[in-house]
Amino acid sequence: MRGLQKSFGATRALKKVDLEVLPGEVHALIGENGAGKSTLMKILSGAVRPDSGQIELNGQPFIPENPSHARRSAIAMIYQELNLALHLSVEENILLGEEPSRFGWIQRARHRELARAALAELRHEKIPLDAPVSSLSIAEQQIVEIARALLTDPKVLIMDEPTSSLTDVDTRNLFAVIARLRQRGVSIVYISHFLEECKQVCDRYTVLRDGESVGCGDMASASLEEIIRLMVGREIKEIYPRTPRPFGDPLLELKTLAGRTKPRSVNLTLRAGEILGLAGLIGAGRTETLRVCFGLDRCESGKVFVYSAEQGRRNPHRSLSEGIGLLSENRKEEGLMLGRTLADNLTITRYGPMAKLGLINARSQRHAAQGWMQRLGIRAAGTDQTVGELSGGNQQKVALGRLLHHDAKILLLDEPTRGIDVGSKSEIYRLMGQLAAQGKAIVFVSSYLPELLGVCDTVAVMCRGVLSDARPVSDWSEHSIISTAMGQNEGDTRTVG
Amino acid sequence: MGSPGSTIKIKKLLNLLGPFFGLLFVIGLFCLSSEVRPYFLTGANFKIILTQTVIVAIGALGMTMIIVSGGIDLSVGSVVALASVVGATLLVKGYRDSSVFSPDDIRDIPRLVSNLRTGTNPVSRFLWDQLPAERKQLLADAGSTPAQKTSALIEALNRLVRGPSLYETQRFGGVALSKETRKLAELNPQEAGLMRLNRLLLEDAYPMELAKNRFSLMRVLALTVLVGCGIGMLNGLAIAGLRMMPFIVTLGMMGIARGTSKWLAGNQTVNAPESPVNNIMALVEPLELFPLPSGVWIAVALAAFMGVVMRQTVFGRYVFAIGSNESTARLCGIRVRLYKVVIYAFAGLFFGLAGLMQLSRLTQGDPTVAIGLELDIIAAVVIGGASLNGGAGSILGSMIGALIMAVLRNGSNQMGWPTFMQEIIIGIVIILAVGLDRLRQSRTTT
Repeated sequence: MRGLQKSFGATRALKKVDLEVLPGEVHALIGENGAGKSTLMKILSGAVRPDSGQIELNGQPFIPENPSHARRSAIAMIYQELNLALHLSVEENILLGEEPSRFGWIQRARHRELARAALAELRHEKIPLDAPVSSLSIAEQQIVEIARALLTDPKVLIMDEPTSSLTDVDTRNLFAVIARLRQRGVSIVYISHFLEECKQVCDRYTVLRDGESVGCGDMASASLEEIIRLMVGREIKEIYPRTPRPFGDPLLELKTLAGRTKPRSVNLTLRAGEILGLAGLIGAGRTETLRVCFGLDRCESGKVFVYSAEQGRRNPHRSLSEGIGLLSENRKEEGLMLGRTLADNLTITRYGPMAKLGLINARSQRHAAQGWMQRLGIRAAGTDQTVGELSGGNQQKVALGRLLHHDAKILLLDEPTRGIDVGSKSEIYRLMGQLAAQGKAIVFVSSYLPELLGVCDTVAVMCRGVLSDARPVSDWSEHSIISTAMGQNEGDTRTVG
Repeated sequence: MGSPGSTIKIKKLLNLLGPFFGLLFVIGLFCLSSEVRPYFLTGANFKIILTQTVIVAIGALGMTMIIVSGGIDLSVGSVVALASVVGATLLVKGYRDSSVFSPDDIRDIPRLVSNLRTGTNPVSRFLWDQLPAERKQLLADAGSTPAQKTSALIEALNRLVRGPSLYETQRFGGVALSKETRKLAELNPQEAGLMRLNRLLLEDAYPMELAKNRFSLMRVLALTVLVGCGIGMLNGLAIAGLRMMPFIVTLGMMGIARGTSKWLAGNQTVNAPESPVNNIMALVEPLELFPLPSGVWIAVALAAFMGVVMRQTVFGRYVFAIGSNESTARLCGIRVRLYKVVIYAFAGLFFGLAGLMQLSRLTQGDPTVAIGLELDIIAAVVIGGASLNGGAGSILGSMIGALIMAVLRNGSNQMGWPTFMQEIIIGIVIILAVGLDRLRQSRTTT
């Protein structure tokens, strides 16, 4: 692949990417969240077409037109979220779309034989062919997915974060499978955040940063330090408003908080006036921490203290009455009622001031909504406009405005700036500063390191469900955050940072 | 168009007017035929249409709330049957109407008979004249059983106190008999009111004692309506508590309620004794648009009430919020599961009331009545602009939807179309209404 470019609207996801994968090698593709790895892989697997640049396969120019074309051309892809039909059996899943048939009738014996052969090749004959996929463990499901990919005899196999939800043992098994595939001459593009794993299984690497390939080489001779530096190598350009302010009493304390799978153990103290950043990789358990704390997900163990008083079972209703507000990372599916009006979306958690005996006074509701529209600079036709018609940035301001209307003292903000324009972003940063100055406390989850470093007072890093100690932002660098997030030994990184 | 704010208002107005234009269109359609028009476009016919709408309309009030919250209730038809059977059974078992006589009231049969036969006051004479010959003979004959005599006496007495209109309303649609009632009043000009006549009879001429009420009328009405509420609550508890699909839960409840009503009624209809319940849906004379039966007014009043509940109250907003996006509702601290139980139970009240209306219309509790009624109700709500995905819908729209269905039925009858044609046409209208709505929506959003 040479000089690949791809733009989505105004954002250029890929600027200039070169990637060379040799036959029978395991090639690590490394980069931060949003560096362009998924876009690149989508192009390779035919889901997206590039704007320019060329791809060669076995020396022939090649542009995959759609996923099935890519598959027929011996490129197979295994996504992070597995693509299996959970209700169907293992056998049916392996041959899905490739059923041996005659005049539309499935040849059952051959069907079974093919499925068995595919599993045998991975040395996982023990997986029962007739079991529904939903009854398998995640690791086994992944094997089924790989078996399916192998059916078309691929030359290139792309694996996106294959170990993100595996245990150590399963990871080792997967590496054995990868080694076997390599022996067969299959090239593997291995995408992972976990550098140590890459070092273990991969032969060579390519690092992506901001849509460009910034370096490649042999894994054996590369140091992790060097790779991390390649990944980060960015200057902080945006100016973040920072107002020095004193911290007050602790408003929210979490003690060994654990959810069903994530988080595993979270200790955290949030003081009045503090903006605490939660950094970490996608899937590390940051979102889940907020959800468990707010009561949207079940809390398995641990304690939550609000205003230094221990609180019992969590649920959203109680959290809101305690003055905790959560901004969902999933604006469209959870954060907002897209079909309802701006006024309702802004005021739904606290109708009290505008209702008497359960009857809502339409005028005072409109008045309240207009107030928030002005203060937050929400651009909309009126308070009666449905929220689904607004732009992403304005929608986010509405979601944030709801917390303000509720007068939440503790704000849990999950990726508040995701997918919104730069102008809205800086307005949200400014707003967060103002809120903290008023003595409110904010937990700020973000995958974008510059904004974490620019906005937060303290930062804690989450890695595989465990939260590090929170330290003042001046103690952190992008480099040290990334290393901690990837589970690197902190001792090494602090010297560099 | 003017400012963006005004376009929103226009859009809202169009949403409301859509079903309304549909109604006008359907009415206009039946007016095309010059044969049908003179009958169709009369006040009397609209009184019939409105009365026929009542059951679907009251059901649609509850169903709108459920559908807006993103749910569905398939058990409505069965609940209506169950409520009608329960109501009729309660009336049979315990209700006595203090404005008519019941067999329990009669103590002294021989004296009553002789008073009737030889009495000199005009009432007695009128009564004796009114009785059919075979009844007279029955009373005169020494050989007839006390039970036979009692029933003949009761018939005679009730003819007097209620006027014959009640019997005749059921038989002839209540046209001619106001004359008879008037005659009765003329016979005794000092005591014009029927209730007064009743008292007069009891005190002076006839030695009787009124048996006590077991249940008051209010209690019968309340219990009937509460049957619907109880079943709705069970639905809600299963849906919210066990996180089951509303479709499945209410499908099951459809069978349970239907079976229970057949069991209670002993697999046959339960004839309700005369009571004011029977008047709620009776087409009162004269046969003009007004006066409308009280059932219509009840439906109108409840629709206004529900309109306010859905649009103006915190509860209504929560219903919309849950239907619009359940996870957002949860995020906003709305106790979604609690509200679901409340929504289904509250809607059940309306379904119970619809059962009461059904009882009033048939004057009997029929366990096999209202099969498929839920589909009519859902159709009315959907024609009225509600989305089965939840989050959209209005009471006014649903009411118009219910009217459109009734007008279609009525008009097709007048046109002399066979039932199968009606079914086909109503089916087409449902699909057309929703299809047009989709088209309009996609036009406005893009």
